[in-house]
Amino acid sequence: MKQLNRLPNAGRTNPDQNINFTFNGKAYQGVMGDTLASALLANGVDVVGRSFKYSRPRGIVGHGAEEPNGIIQLGSGAATVPNLKVTQVELYEGLEASSVNGWPNVNFDLMGIMGWFGRLMPPGFYYKTFMYPQKLWMIYEHFIRKAAGLGKTPVEADPDVYDKLNQHCDVLVVGAGPAGLVAAREAAEAGARVIIADEQSEFGGSLLASTQTLDSVSASQWVAGMVEQLNRYSKVQQLPRSTVFGYYDHNFLTILEKCTDHLGLSAGNGRQVRQRMHRVRAKQVVLATGAFERPLVFAHNDIPGVMQASSVSTYVNRYGVAPGSKLILATTNDNAYQTAIDWHTAGRDVVAVVDSRQSPNGELVEQVRALGIQIEVGHGVIEAKGGKRVRAAMVAPLNESGSAITGEVKRLPCDLIATSGGWSAAIHLSSHTGAKPVWDESIVSFRPGDSKQQERSVGACNGTFGLRDGLIEGATAGAKAAQLAGFGLGAVQFSPVELVEPIQEPQQALFLVPHSKPPSRAPSQFVDLQLDVSAGGIELAVREGFESVEHVKRYTALGFGTDQGKLGNINGMAILANALDQSISETGTTIFRPSYTPTTFGAVAGRDVGELFDPERYTSVHRWHVEQGAKFEDVGQWKRPWYFPKGNETLDQAVNRECLAVRNSVGILDASTLGKIDIQGPDAAEFITRMYTNSYLKLASGKCRYGVMLKEDGMIFDDGVCACLSENHYLMFTTTGGAAGVLAWLELWQQTEWPELQVYFTSVTDHWATATVTGPNARKVVAKVCQDIDLTSDQFRFMDWRNGTVAGVAARVFRISFTGELSFEINVSANYGRHIWEALIEAGKEFDITPYGTETMHVLRAEKGFIIVGQDTDGSMTPADMNMDWIVGKNKAFSFIGQRSLSRSDTLRNNRKQLVGLKTIDPIIVLPEGAQIVNDPKQPIPMVMQGHVTSSYYSANMGHSIALAVVKGGLNRLGDTVYCPTADGTTVPAQIVSSVFYDPKGERQHV
Amino acid sequence: MLQIYCPHCQELRSEEEFSYGGEAHIARPLAPETLTDEEWGDYLFFRKNPRGIHHEMWYHVTGCRRYFNATRNTVTYEILETYKVGTQPSIVGEGA
Repeated sequence: MKQLNRLPNAGRTNPDQNINFTFNGKAYQGVMGDTLASALLANGVDVVGRSFKYSRPRGIVGHGAEEPNGIIQLGSGAATVPNLKVTQVELYEGLEASSVNGWPNVNFDLMGIMGWFGRLMPPGFYYKTFMYPQKLWMIYEHFIRKAAGLGKTPVEADPDVYDKLNQHCDVLVVGAGPAGLVAAREAAEAGARVIIADEQSEFGGSLLASTQTLDSVSASQWVAGMVEQLNRYSKVQQLPRSTVFGYYDHNFLTILEKCTDHLGLSAGNGRQVRQRMHRVRAKQVVLATGAFERPLVFAHNDIPGVMQASSVSTYVNRYGVAPGSKLILATTNDNAYQTAIDWHTAGRDVVAVVDSRQSPNGELVEQVRALGIQIEVGHGVIEAKGGKRVRAAMVAPLNESGSAITGEVKRLPCDLIATSGGWSAAIHLSSHTGAKPVWDESIVSFRPGDSKQQERSVGACNGTFGLRDGLIEGATAGAKAAQLAGFGLGAVQFSPVELVEPIQEPQQALFLVPHSKPPSRAPSQFVDLQLDVSAGGIELAVREGFESVEHVKRYTALGFGTDQGKLGNINGMAILANALDQSISETGTTIFRPSYTPTTFGAVAGRDVGELFDPERYTSVHRWHVEQGAKFEDVGQWKRPWYFPKGNETLDQAVNRECLAVRNSVGILDASTLGKIDIQGPDAAEFITRMYTNSYLKLASGKCRYGVMLKEDGMIFDDGVCACLSENHYLMFTTTGGAAGVLAWLELWQQTEWPELQVYFTSVTDHWATATVTGPNARKVVAKVCQDIDLTSDQFRFMDWRNGTVAGVAARVFRISFTGELSFEINVSANYGRHIWEALIEAGKEFDITPYGTETMHVLRAEKGFIIVGQDTDGSMTPADMNMDWIVGKNKAFSFIGQRSLSRSDTLRNNRKQLVGLKTIDPIIVLPEGAQIVNDPKQPIPMVMQGHVTSSYYSANMGHSIALAVVKGGLNRLGDTVYCPTADGTTVPAQIVSSVFYDPKGERQHV
Repeated sequence: MLQIYCPHCQELRSEEEFSYGGEAHIARPLAPETLTDEEWGDYLFFRKNPRGIHHEMWYHVTGCRRYFNATRNTVTYEILETYKVGTQPSIVGEGA
């Protein structure tokens, strides 16, 4: 297919290398060096999308990150990418793109023809139209999204590989335009380690589309020379295709480097990194991020064919594409006249330059005059005419301030309107640091405010729009940044770049070009093209009482799109300021926040996905569990056996079997994951006694004690057994999930409150493997593999521990029990975990020893009414609430952590929720955990809640379901019937009973 | 992301190695049982929330596992100094 708009001068593209691509299903051809935008324009594709609210046809406006209209979906399937800007997608062979909005397609848009949809969406439409009924919001939102089209996320897993890289540098230069390049060169020359990053495919910034001569060579040659110079410094890292998208505290910046996107979707084949996120800590930062040209706002300024003046020049000079034939240039400044010169040089027709100023006479203006181009001074383009392409511009004389039309409106036929309302400094990254932008009337732009970070802005992003001044500023800043980072003396080393710039006259501060009708009546004058925010909409927001720029932004959705208002925001604020009859500096600006441009989740996640998402911890017996077909559950980072199904057993069947085996013969549990903290020192007993509710001062060597730890507010925080290993030496067991928190808690108190106590903590969780042998036959099993410990019940009692040898391995054996049965917890060095495990399995064969997992452990302990901290407690439960007053020492000399809170009025109050058992009237029904408890199920909603179910299981040993619950005043309500309304609408009646279902006297663990 | 100087390790390290420990210089009452509920409640629940200078504890949890104090500006997030537990800050000031 012929590329109608290709120019003979190919710019920086290679016209000999054709590239095939499709857009909305139609095949086109572009050339090497094109962006998707330049290729579409070369092919004369006017309409690239439909607008958000009004579904109006929209064309390409810009040439970079500012593009609001050309939003596309790239490819399909797992690697598809939504919401890319056509101006930022480099063309590659086989590229497939489609518009994200427009239904059924952009050229025949049903929504647009129906035309009613936009009228449902005035400013604040979220709040007005879809407020009620709330129930329908989900339906509304679904419809809005489908109709407006915000791209489709892939549903399959991302096939690509991403990476993260932590970096440090002395000077980070953001932006490789003229100012950035000289800044990097100076910093490098001083000896600093430099990173220079730029979002474009090649360095040069504005110079890539410039006809300027620098140091007697073309801009392109000058850029090439600079890159070559930078290549010579070994400490300079050049990052093209790399967007610095966030500036965070303490000079931490993030860069998204696109490594293979320009080669195609999944070009890395799942091996080569697609995108890499650099996390950079920079000593000094130079921001050289340039500026965005500001469009003029006029009626129907959204018709395809209305473009940024600088973008027209860029397509002509850099890509060799003329996006039209008959140009009208609407401007408020000298700078944009260059576009008329470029268009004329390309051999195309400049119909007129329409300048809002009354008597412009700058050097560029005179050059245009000399070319014989018509200049309409003191005029504005007040309206564009056309449907899917501009056909004419309505031009009218303006008064001196540009606020009103003063004469006849005339119609000038054209197919392209280039506009320039001046330039807005790209202050985004500076704003990320918290610096408050400052409005500068003299340049009609915000400038970066003062920042607490080690950074400075140079060139256009600092409001220094002249090339020569920007180069001087860049070089100075580069040398200074290097000096502050410890390199060089801060003086510029290279001689100034030689160039001649045309002298420019002042621009006019004009944002909204007046129409013969006021904004509320005129055809829409669009401010934010992506979200269809118009000047009339902003004025309406003001009439409705909104005054703060932040509120107006949210009410109108100004700047909420994927372009983040890079084109529209300043115009919107100026129009708002005008409507409020105040200055722009009084109105202020909204705050820019990261990300500067959209960032893929893949790059943020890097390699921390799948297996590497979170570390997994395995016990030393893990392989055995896997070999036995165990099902696992996550407990913190640990993988613990959940249950061991035999054959085709279900969870319930396996757990019932395991539970019966423990109570009737013997079971074995891998308890290695329990937290273990080795505590030593002359003050160890005193310290431990301060941390637990009960006392350890008289705990003898060889003895264990169960303890509960409180936070200072009196609420249960962790529990476990603590053993005295020898004088001044203890071993504290914690819950599996609580181990790290308990160690930090101990260290906090020792280091900050009682440094005088001599006590030392070491985590030994991973050093030991623990096999719990439990059940009436436990002693017989252990006896077969342990000969050097007297296991008889009067010599080795409940809550004793002994050193000994198990299966030939040195072991600590604890008689502690979480099942209520006779139990031996055998601890050996983790290296021998599997060895003793297999020895115990072998020894237990004649008793049908049954390995069991966490589910059976939970059921067995619930049968005994033993709590699990974090399941039966939730950080608001005292020992008394858990019916565990017996654990609280009443006569401890030192006021242990949390003790004082146990006598606060709130912890003493009646009607606190207390731990009880629940027995469903229908013994088969297992209550859902978390079920709410009410006294009267017939009461009107919202019902008065009495508490909730904390643990609930079917107990094969009891022959009925069991539950633990916390119920207001529950300990005084034993025997009462309460009701649990469940999610499926049924209500389950249950009786309040003791929380101890099995062996209430606790005899079985003492045998 | 902050960069924090650990006074024990004597190195600037990344925030990821630390965890926040709340307001510093809160001494546990020596005789809690003698306090009224209100006095105990003040110790337990009430914390400063200044705009400006704040003295706070940090814990070098994946480093030396030592607690220390930092003087931080809560507006700019500048860390003005770090110092060991048991010593006093050299920078003091009311929240602006």
